[in-house]
Amino acid sequence: MSLDRENGGCPGTAAVAAESGCAGANTTEMDRRQFFDTCQKALPVGMVLLAAGTPIGSLASADTGAPEGAVPEPKRASYAMAIDVEKCIGCGRCAAACKTENKVPDSPHYVRTWVERYVMTNDGETRVDSPNAGIDGFPDQPEADILKTFFAPKLCNQCANPPCVQVCPVGATFQTRDGVVLVDDDYCVGCRYCIQACPYGARYLHPEKLVADKCTFCYHRITQGLLPACVEVCPTEARVFGDLNSRSSPIQRVLRFNPIMSLKAELNTRPKVFYANADQEIR
Amino acid sequence: MKTGKIPQQVVVLSLIAVAVLAGFFGMRALFVPESFGKYGHYRADAVDVIRKLPIQYAGAKACADCHDDVAATKSQGFHRGVSCEVCHGAAAAHIDDPGTIKPTAPRQRDLCPLCHNYSPSRPTGFPQILTAQHNPGKPCMSCHKPHDPVPPNTPKECSACHRGIWSQKLVSPHASLECATCHQVPKEHSVNPRGFTVGKPKGNQSCEKCHSNESPPASTIPQVASEHTGRYLCWDCHYPHLPEGKQ
Amino acid sequence: METGALEPFTGYIYPNEYFLQWELLIVLYPYITGLVAGAFILASLERVFKVKALWPVYRLALLSALAFMIVAPLPLLAHLGHPERSLEMFLTPHTTSAMAMFGFVYAWYLVVVLLLEVWFDYRREIVIWSRESKAPWKYLYKLMTLGATDISEAAVRFDDKAGRLITIIGIPSAFLLHGYVGFIFGSVKANPWWSSVLMPVVFLFSAIVSGMAIVMLIYMVTSWIRWKPIDMTCLNKLGEFLLYALIVDFSLELLDFIHRLYESEESIHILSQLITDRLFLSLIILQLLMGAIVPMVGLVAARFGRLPDEMRRMIYFLVGILIQIGIFSMRWNVVVGGQMFSKSLRGLTVYKVHLFGLEGLFFTMGLLLLPVAILYVLLKLLPPWVDGDQDGALASQPH
Repeated sequence: MSLDRENGGCPGTAAVAAESGCAGANTTEMDRRQFFDTCQKALPVGMVLLAAGTPIGSLASADTGAPEGAVPEPKRASYAMAIDVEKCIGCGRCAAACKTENKVPDSPHYVRTWVERYVMTNDGETRVDSPNAGIDGFPDQPEADILKTFFAPKLCNQCANPPCVQVCPVGATFQTRDGVVLVDDDYCVGCRYCIQACPYGARYLHPEKLVADKCTFCYHRITQGLLPACVEVCPTEARVFGDLNSRSSPIQRVLRFNPIMSLKAELNTRPKVFYANADQEIR
Repeated sequence: MKTGKIPQQVVVLSLIAVAVLAGFFGMRALFVPESFGKYGHYRADAVDVIRKLPIQYAGAKACADCHDDVAATKSQGFHRGVSCEVCHGAAAAHIDDPGTIKPTAPRQRDLCPLCHNYSPSRPTGFPQILTAQHNPGKPCMSCHKPHDPVPPNTPKECSACHRGIWSQKLVSPHASLECATCHQVPKEHSVNPRGFTVGKPKGNQSCEKCHSNESPPASTIPQVASEHTGRYLCWDCHYPHLPEGKQ
Repeated sequence: METGALEPFTGYIYPNEYFLQWELLIVLYPYITGLVAGAFILASLERVFKVKALWPVYRLALLSALAFMIVAPLPLLAHLGHPERSLEMFLTPHTTSAMAMFGFVYAWYLVVVLLLEVWFDYRREIVIWSRESKAPWKYLYKLMTLGATDISEAAVRFDDKAGRLITIIGIPSAFLLHGYVGFIFGSVKANPWWSSVLMPVVFLFSAIVSGMAIVMLIYMVTSWIRWKPIDMTCLNKLGEFLLYALIVDFSLELLDFIHRLYESEESIHILSQLITDRLFLSLIILQLLMGAIVPMVGLVAARFGRLPDEMRRMIYFLVGILIQIGIFSMRWNVVVGGQMFSKSLRGLTVYKVHLFGLEGLFFTMGLLLLPVAILYVLLKLLPPWVDGDQDGALASQPH
């Protein structure tokens, strides 16, 4: 469940790991992973060839993130977020700010980020709730039988190996070269396969645009040096945002000094949202 | 099939197949967006579209550019980590047009409790109140300066920040014990909680004050021989804030 | 169809899971493609494997497959948020996406397999009709010859060989078509109800079952309408193959069930709740009991019991209908069932069928009736009857 510390520091592609010279990156393991990634891409290509006789070159995706041309580009960022569960006070300001910043529909059933409350009772039961994404606070719970209780903010995990991108039939959802998974509103056909493929419930069909919608890590903000809205308004610094490729990024400290886990790690989605001090009941 | 010439059907179908394939590739040339596939299997232009979306939250740095006095006050207080727009709302529009668009300034009791109303799920040590009982009806601002929120009176009760633990202790056999019975609380802790942290008991001695069978006998207090603990600390087994027994 | 709709949703679901993403239309889609694949495989039994007893339903099966195939993409198209962008699936298909292959698998199957097979099969007759029919139909048949009007003995022999070749290609294609539909669900690792390697195989065999059953029904109904006797050898043979397919299908489903139960992974608690609280009627009663066990008993009785033909026909007819209900329930249980539990594995949601709108009941019923209409036209245009009678065909046709 818990992520290996070194890997947590550089969970990007093999190319990124080699570039940053990240200590402890096991090259053999990375190569193997890359090999499987390649196989994964090549298999359905064969199916297309069979079905339509389309040339490989024009269809096979070549998103290696490697700089093209002679001029070396500056090292690309690899954006990530860490959430310290022990610091979250469940105020729901993140979820509220996200709705404002990204014009998310004003309904409890469409959210890009939300706060869950976990209540574990003495008899071993776990109750979870997230009324209106936690924006309006949480109703009181009977305190007597609580073993422990905490809040856990959720959002798109910005997987390095995103199942939503894998299943998108037209290339309307994709991973940018700095590792953020985005949706192209003008290209999405609205088939909702990505919503089905997301293990984290992070996607929804936008009720007016009729396209898939999700957290962008506030791509319009982070690319101009601002923090994502949820991180900006988090009063306790429970959410930390940064660049995994930069040694001086605040996220490195969180990853270095805390036990880290990622959600549903068994699905090999390799999330870039890391949970610090988190309980295994969070899923 | 050994007719020597290609059957008519094959000729006809081949022509149709060529037409269909030509149509397919023609369509591809015509309709696939120009920037598609530049970086990967997506429209590269979409990245720019998303990048150019308008921002709503300006960020605390932008606020400090003009309101440096408030920023200076805030940087010394408990709310130093709290970004301006948490309370004042998204303010990018205000920065574009400071004269006409003013950010909100909450002055009632509705906003502060979102963080400071008591919830057992909040981490212990976080200052919390029971909103219904805490000076009902009075705006928070009448006692607390939001930019430097020092309580008018230093809290005397530990429950001001540790209510979760306190309320468990309240229903436990330890209800009548002061926190300081077991914890060493520096005087400065209530003013500067992170600078002066509370000590935990060093060893079993603090429990043995009451629970050792060499302590003064008391009919209602369970007492055990010193061998009872073995190599364990008392709280390895018994949660001191809610020890077993009556609940 | 609606199960557990009266209960409120229980436990915890992620906020975005409140609305189901794939509704009735997506239930319809695998059901219809299943009918296509099954009907085609039935046709190929006669053509490739030379099961001569099935000759009376060979062409009927082909035309039924074609009629359903034409309708198959409509529910998909109707459910898209932006149907006008659907062409993108052809223009920029994402090679890692199972769904992107749909366009190609569909185009391959419809054009290369079904249309070509029908064309080669009927070409000689089409050419004759194009010469002998009356005015409007004449031109339509002329168009359908595509200009290949050579009906010399050699050319007809070529048609036959080409037809057989296409059928041989068509069998793996039919497997691909429906196995692929199963793969769309089976490959979603985020959903423990779907994620299973058995899914494509289960879909394939359920497709064969439903396709054979629908052709059996269509054969019986068309015979009754045309006041023609039903070929009992053919019907018995059909029933026999249907029984075998049903046994394989049922065993696979049972295997999947036992495997899940035995492995008992993290999701087992919520999945058992799903079955007992939400899918009891549609899964246990409709799919397994009424849709598989009762038809199996019926088929065994009809095929091997000493019953009068009248009784057998009755049983085959009822079995055919029960199987359709059962297979439709199976699609429902996969598609809707897979979305009725939260991916947090902590709660169940509810689904209420709407009556109106694109995802509604009436539209779905319309889409289900559409293939019948198309089949009617096809039967008029390309009469498949082998009993020498053409009274169902166009009056203008000589034959």
